[in-house]
Amino acid sequence: MTAPALHTRNLVKTFGGFTATDDVSLTLAPGARHALIGPNGAGKTTLVNLLTGVLAPTAGAVFLAGEDVTGLGQHRRVRRGLARTFQINRLFADLTVLESVALAVGERRGVGWRVWSPVGAQGEVLDEAARLIETLRLADVAHRRTRDLAYGRQRLIEIALALAVRPRVLLLDEPAAGVPTRESRALFETLAELPRDMTILLIEHDMDLVFRFAERISVLVSGAVLLEDTPDVVATHPLVREVYLGEATHHA
Amino acid sequence: MDSRSPDSLSPGPDAAAATPAPATVDLAPLRRAARPRWPELAVWLLPVAAWFLLPEDLALLTQIAIMAIFALSLDLVLGYAGIVTLGHAAFFGVGAYAAGLLAAKLGIGDPLLGLLFAAAVAALAGLVTAPTVLRGTGLTRLMVTIGIGMMLFEAANKATDLTGGVDGLQGIEMTPILGLWSFDLWGKTAYVYAVVVLLVLFLIARRIVHSPFGLSLRALHMNPARMPALGVSVDARLAAAWVLGATYAGIAGALLTQTTQFVSIDVLGFERSAEILLILVLGGAGRLYGALIGTIVFVTLHHVLAGIDPEYWQMWIGLVLIGIVLFARNGIMGAIDPFERLLARKKTEP
Repeated sequence: MTAPALHTRNLVKTFGGFTATDDVSLTLAPGARHALIGPNGAGKTTLVNLLTGVLAPTAGAVFLAGEDVTGLGQHRRVRRGLARTFQINRLFADLTVLESVALAVGERRGVGWRVWSPVGAQGEVLDEAARLIETLRLADVAHRRTRDLAYGRQRLIEIALALAVRPRVLLLDEPAAGVPTRESRALFETLAELPRDMTILLIEHDMDLVFRFAERISVLVSGAVLLEDTPDVVATHPLVREVYLGEATHHA
Repeated sequence: MDSRSPDSLSPGPDAAAATPAPATVDLAPLRRAARPRWPELAVWLLPVAAWFLLPEDLALLTQIAIMAIFALSLDLVLGYAGIVTLGHAAFFGVGAYAAGLLAAKLGIGDPLLGLLFAAAVAALAGLVTAPTVLRGTGLTRLMVTIGIGMMLFEAANKATDLTGGVDGLQGIEMTPILGLWSFDLWGKTAYVYAVVVLLVLFLIARRIVHSPFGLSLRALHMNPARMPALGVSVDARLAAAWVLGATYAGIAGALLTQTTQFVSIDVLGFERSAEILLILVLGGAGRLYGALIGTIVFVTLHHVLAGIDPEYWQMWIGLVLIGIVLFARNGIMGAIDPFERLLARKKTEP
């Protein structure tokens, strides 16, 4: 049996007396389309930070393709194929789209320490960056600065940077957050077209997107996994309706 | 942290998407980006023109060239890598003393050898200080840089046997450059020497900032938190930039020693660190020509204002600086920017 693409064992994170992550054991099979939902303050962001190595867990372990990566920092996990997007855009405001993506592709290909040849001479890097930009339908703005683009398109750059890493596991932290409805179509299409061998964990508030995209859903409440099942079961589960969906319909 | 400015929440002109979008990316503009452009040539004609037009002021012009190298070194550290420092004179001073001691104590007066030696010692100083400086961020980091500068100043002050303390280091004699050109009384050799070193270091810096490494420095300056998510170790990149900046500063210091054949303890002074920061901000940090233009404008202003008003010139310089940072946020080069972008757009969008 092949190892799960990503799994955690009894992950705990406490801040002082507060338990932000409570004994979370999560398993993502290779190629999974897994969603993580939960009300505000459920500990989704903390869990993402534990998975990516921004935070060190109080107890428990994180495994990437069966390998224990708990002691590895963020950039080392990225090099092992774990990429993420951020809930709030973290982009390079004054770089053009092409420069941003070329940077990310170049770093993955290991040219980031080259000091003597110009960026414009990195043929393979530029070609790959160009293909990625075309795939994300950003070709028309390739030479525009990130800061000059609408938020919806900046969201696509966020995803392009993560894809440039060629991840085996991709964490999408609320990819639709802040995107106006009329711009979100391109985003959803992009997510639907991601290759099937890529394992994806989607952290999302937008229930439409979750139920359209995910094949399994984990519900996080107060730092612990309340339940994990298929979208159909989760949608009709009384506990979930109570803590999450009920709340969501009130707001809607 | 957040790269989004509030106004970008509203749909930009690209959201309209009225015209069909091009499906492929044109790589030509990026391939062209590192090519030299004609205004650059104009800038480099200035030192040639100065040679003929201001033959009486070669000593001052040599100082400008040396300061420009120093400003360039700060630009790599601050303008590109985003490390804010008020202790950059530490490396200038280390280079100045290294070159001075090599000549005065060891009797090795070959200028180029002296430059190499000073560069190596300053690089080592950069390497040693990098972990301490890069450990903190923001204000902590700034304090550490000031602290390092003060410690070195005091060390040079106390080690009078070696450095001459406040009296300065004397007895520095230079042999001719490459055995061909000796330093003359009118400062002609010194001027050409300084300008050539500036040009060489500038061309190297130009190459570096256009490289993938240079791109990564600009990127981590804009958003350090994003870089680890791309698999980049931020500390290693910053340390490399820090050492590079230290090396450049050391060469500038060595040039001052060699062209004046004297080392004053001022080379390590806090004022020198503050002044070079002013110069860079004035010219525009984060662009190589900002360092050059800033130096030329600052030293010229200094010279002219001190001539007009020997007593209160610092007040006038302060006024000009406040005016520039208030009205041209990114310095003189930043003020030119919008026009440049307009030109570039006209070229790519016929």
